[in-house]
Amino acid sequence: MDWGIILSNTAQSLLSPATMAFALAALGLAVHFGFAGLLNFGIAGFMAVGAYGYAISILTFGLQWWTSALVGIVAAAVFAIIMGVPTLRLRGDYLAIVTIAAAEIVRLLFLTTAFEEVTGSADGLFGYHASFRASNPFPEGTYGFGPWTYNEVEFWVLVIGVVLVALAALFVWRLMNSPWGRVIKGIREDEDAVRALGKNVFSYKIQALIIGGVIAAIGGIVYALPSAVNPNVYMTSLTFFVWTALLLGGAATVFGPLLGAVIFWVLQAFLSSFLPALVASGILPMVSSAQASTLRFVLVGIGLVLLVIFRPQGILGDKRELTFVK
Amino acid sequence: MSKNTSSRIAQGVTNTLKIAIVSFFALMGAFVASPALADSVGEEFDYRIAGNVKSQGDPLEGVRIDVSGNGFTSSVATDSDGKWSIGVPQDGEWTVSLAVETLPADVEVGDEELSRGVSIGPSGSVIQNFIFGQSERALISFTDQLVSRLIYGLNFGLMLGLAAIGLSLVYGTTGLSNFSHAELVTFGALMALFFSVALSLPLWIAFPLALLASAGLGWAQDAALWRPLRKRGLGLVQLMIVSIGLSLAARYLMQFFVGGGTQQLPGASAIKIPLFGAVALSIVDLASMGISLVVIVVFALWLTFSRTGKATRAISDNADLAAASGIDVDRVVRIVWIISSVLAGLAGILWAYFRPGIKWDMGEKILLLMFAAVVLGGLGTAFGALIGAIIVGLLVETSALFIPSDLKYLGALVLLIAILLVRPQGLLGRKERVG
Repeated sequence: MDWGIILSNTAQSLLSPATMAFALAALGLAVHFGFAGLLNFGIAGFMAVGAYGYAISILTFGLQWWTSALVGIVAAAVFAIIMGVPTLRLRGDYLAIVTIAAAEIVRLLFLTTAFEEVTGSADGLFGYHASFRASNPFPEGTYGFGPWTYNEVEFWVLVIGVVLVALAALFVWRLMNSPWGRVIKGIREDEDAVRALGKNVFSYKIQALIIGGVIAAIGGIVYALPSAVNPNVYMTSLTFFVWTALLLGGAATVFGPLLGAVIFWVLQAFLSSFLPALVASGILPMVSSAQASTLRFVLVGIGLVLLVIFRPQGILGDKRELTFVK
Repeated sequence: MSKNTSSRIAQGVTNTLKIAIVSFFALMGAFVASPALADSVGEEFDYRIAGNVKSQGDPLEGVRIDVSGNGFTSSVATDSDGKWSIGVPQDGEWTVSLAVETLPADVEVGDEELSRGVSIGPSGSVIQNFIFGQSERALISFTDQLVSRLIYGLNFGLMLGLAAIGLSLVYGTTGLSNFSHAELVTFGALMALFFSVALSLPLWIAFPLALLASAGLGWAQDAALWRPLRKRGLGLVQLMIVSIGLSLAARYLMQFFVGGGTQQLPGASAIKIPLFGAVALSIVDLASMGISLVVIVVFALWLTFSRTGKATRAISDNADLAAASGIDVDRVVRIVWIISSVLAGLAGILWAYFRPGIKWDMGEKILLLMFAAVVLGGLGTAFGALIGAIIVGLLVETSALFIPSDLKYLGALVLLIAILLVRPQGLLGRKERVG
């Protein structure tokens, strides 16, 4: 077993685009679920809208990469309004079912061959990197050290990702300590009490849905920045993985989602190198390496079950600040 | 002058001869060249364009396909199955054209484009089929198509109903929106595969054994997980997320055992018998509808008239009141878990024939349709779920007449959202259920 490669793969995932995308998506979900108490199970839909909005703007309309990113963000806000207006009056588990259905509708629309010209159907979209790479301020070369060694393009993605995660976390932290944030948390605790104070609960919920959705869409764009957009990524399992990351870190916290995303991906990267290595060295008999890599998703599921039962507030959370424990 | 004329004639003759010889060699060339065209060329390249050529469902052999673009051209002739495959040196845009002169004379080209642009994506390959004689389909009248779709939809709806009833019963008695119900559907199908294919038992033993295994799983799930969690006092949202975790774990565990491929139950390729109009059903389809109907009727009688059935409905209405009037809630809930697992397992076996094929994530594909059925009928009402499922089944199948068939689940999902907008309690639900 080559511990060097296993540990280096694990260390790399600490700062991978996937980790930063998950951190942003989980932060958006924290605004929805952790702070506003909205059971949004359509977070994959927001990520898809962001990523496709970005890629389609570049490929079909020939926009610059940053205007395209703005288009992705606006599209996510519109998606939040379309999804929120009919559904936000519903009770918790109804909302969960509707949002999961809405995300699936979005995915099916991107997957169908009817719009293949624009969406690329099952192949997805790719080859939209020219504008982003042209804007790279870093000259050609290698950056970083050890497992964190990048070429100039990877480094540019990394810098953008880290800056976006930091800005989003700062924004959510300020927001949740503002009067607006206190109303939102009040809605989570007792909607009727907030309504009795004369606040328009529905309007606050829509705002929370838009803000969280936009942050998740930025996550989707970061996910798409270095690679490609494929409809099979945005399945309901992606939503569940983001939920796992969020609950792991702590739903009603600002740094919990970031910590959860990092732990989630570090563990995933470790297991995806470690389990096949176990198989190769004959420690796991009767298991093929393909089977070994499905095992880590089994572990994600078991982890989620144990987490929700034994530590629903997550690593950083406070048990008093979690409505679903009631 | 006469010399001139004769030389001109001579020239004319030579020209004619030349043309004749050239065409002769061209013909010869064509004859010699055709066998040289394999059904698969360019194996040495990493990128691949492949496809099928068919006319009215029959494969066409020896049709020439040309691929050009990016400074590269290649040709191939289809094999006896109508298949062809061409390797190309790079991805990106390519033009695929079918040589019309190599088509048999009786093939109707119709509005099928013979030259098309394709692009090779990250997968490294792309499929481009030429299917002729499809326009004949339009000859089937719209009414006939509709009738045929309605019957398929009814079959699908009944099967979906079996699964949705279980989901609704569990919700009614315990309040749990069970996302892992889909895995019970897959489990039933997998067990049927295990007993009938791996152990080679006859179907009449294999399927009851599969349902018995489903019942065992339902009992074990309640005994080992859900009952202790209820005693622990977990909230409904927490329970729902537990079911999501369980669904992930169970789904990938099943992939662990059966892999990512699709497998068939015995008799899955039964011949479709034309019945009337455009309706053609196989024996399996008919048996499937029959079994669904019988099981649903038996279940309805049980729920309406038996003591446990009445207790189940009482708990769905008001669990505390039911407990206070002497109903053993835990016992009834356990029976409900067993029944819904068996119904889901049966739905899984039937769906394995309907799709057709068994895959590790087959249940998840219809989970949202089950939820749509349950919400449409009214959460927690068993008969509502059945009606909802039939409506969803009919909608899914008939909507494929109007929208692309890869969007056929879309209608059901839109209906799910729409029904929550206008009548959140569903068709048979009561208003107080909605908060």
